Amino acid sequence: MTLRQAQGRALVADTRMPPPWLRVAAPVVVGALGLFAWVLIVDILKIAPRALPSPLAVVEDLVKHWDIIWEDMGITASNALIGLLAGAIVAIVLAALAATFRPVDGMLAPIVAAVAVVPIVAITPILNTMFGASSQFGRIAVAMLAAFVPVFVNVLRGLRQTRPVHRDLLRSSGASGSQTFRFLTLPTALPYLMTGLRVASSLAVIAALVAEYFGGPADGIGTAIASYAKSGRASLAFAYVVGGIIIGLTFFLVTSLLEWVVTRRRPV
Amino acid sequence: MTLRQAQRTASTFAVRAAGVDKVFPTKTGDVVALTGVDLTVDAGEFVSLIGPSGCGKSTLLRLIADLDTASSGELEIFGKPARQARIDQDYGIAFQQAGLLPWRTVAGNIELPLELHGVGKTARATRVKELAELVGLSDFVDRYPDQLSGGMQQRVAIARALAEQPKLLLMDEPFGALDEMTREYLQGELTRIAADTGAAVVFVTHSIPEAVFLSDRVVVMSPRPGRITEILPTSLGEIRDEALRESPEFFAAVTAVREALHGAPVERANER
Repeated sequence: MTLRQAQGRALVADTRMPPPWLRVAAPVVVGALGLFAWVLIVDILKIAPRALPSPLAVVEDLVKHWDIIWEDMGITASNALIGLLAGAIVAIVLAALAATFRPVDGMLAPIVAAVAVVPIVAITPILNTMFGASSQFGRIAVAMLAAFVPVFVNVLRGLRQTRPVHRDLLRSSGASGSQTFRFLTLPTALPYLMTGLRVASSLAVIAALVAEYFGGPADGIGTAIASYAKSGRASLAFAYVVGGIIIGLTFFLVTSLLEWVVTRRRPV
Repeated sequence: MTLRQAQRTASTFAVRAAGVDKVFPTKTGDVVALTGVDLTVDAGEFVSLIGPSGCGKSTLLRLIADLDTASSGELEIFGKPARQARIDQDYGIAFQQAGLLPWRTVAGNIELPLELHGVGKTARATRVKELAELVGLSDFVDRYPDQLSGGMQQRVAIARALAEQPKLLLMDEPFGALDEMTREYLQGELTRIAADTGAAVVFVTHSIPEAVFLSDRVVVMSPRPGRITEILPTSLGEIRDEALRESPEFFAAVTAVREALHGAPVERANER
């Protein structure tokens, strides 16, 4: 590389990619500014509507009521997790069937398309009424529905990504059908499954949380946010929102990590 | 008499094709990929298939490997039908793309055929060690394919093809995607490996010097429809080293193959 090329490359790097410290500092600064503006509007200028609490009050409530927030987080998170896993399992099984038998694919395609466009807010009250006020099942079912579609779509695509050279290799090695599935088709589909799970994880949390607005048992993050917002305890409602954010972030980070682990090996 | 010659006279043919045709049905009509192929490959013999694109050389290799089925004619591998030979693992195969599984290490890729056939863990480890040594990759067994160069990946693929100690090695332009230096180096390695293992090799290539350097016989093919036009013995003896590439005999054989390749259209015109 000549000096000129090196300079050129450095210049390109400068304009396109900020240095590492800036990539960390920039969002931190934006966050701090936002927080300052929030404090300014609510605590200093006192021009905010009553429903908007001070961030300081939110932190205060978060610390003070952490035990009950934690408990409700557990309810919502477990509903989301069970829904995510159940939805993923159903999706994997159906995708495997659709990939193996063409007619099954034809039968499932319209159903999956229908499930994909079902509005959660429309089906949740029905499910909650069906399973009653003492059961979490309606909420789990909603999370499951939300998680099913991205996992199914991704896994089905993944199961069809085996390369001809790999198929030839397995065939020439005299591999049986189930061996080909185990040694080739499944590992090839794994990164797609993980992408599906990452997308589905956020959807499952949102679905489980939203489902709580529409009845069912009197616990969970969503129920708490709704009731405290209505009863005028805005800062506590916001503390619960923070709890919801923590759940969503945890799901997203864990599934992103899983995805990274299985996609780290570039295809050759 | 050398070892290879002894094997050749003593045992049966590695490959015997008689009147093999392959027709691919398409929407616009049948495409004749191969017609009237007669070819025998002796045990321990190195045979190259050479010809322009569309001459059916890869198709012939795929038929031998039972990755495709011949439309008509007889095809035997060590006296068995191709399908039986595939199931019995009588051959090892390497493709133009190394075709390594990216989620398996070098060792995991080499031992794949053994694992598929239920060979135990310790036996597999021993064999992987031998094979990695044979292809000069002992220090890389724990690496993943994306950490290797193209030439190293191809060596892993060759080691994998040799895992079951096949008496027949099928190779479909395995060095086609490599640079000239790596290519010549691996050609030398391949002749050594073929001599060491005593395996017959059917080698598809479109490089004349490569075919001549490696082979005992060069099978010249021609397209539309794919067929064998000439089979040329190279008569270059057992020793294939770098000096051979500069020798007059080598150039003479290269010229002979080139003339056979370029002579094909003329001969076809005469047929009409």
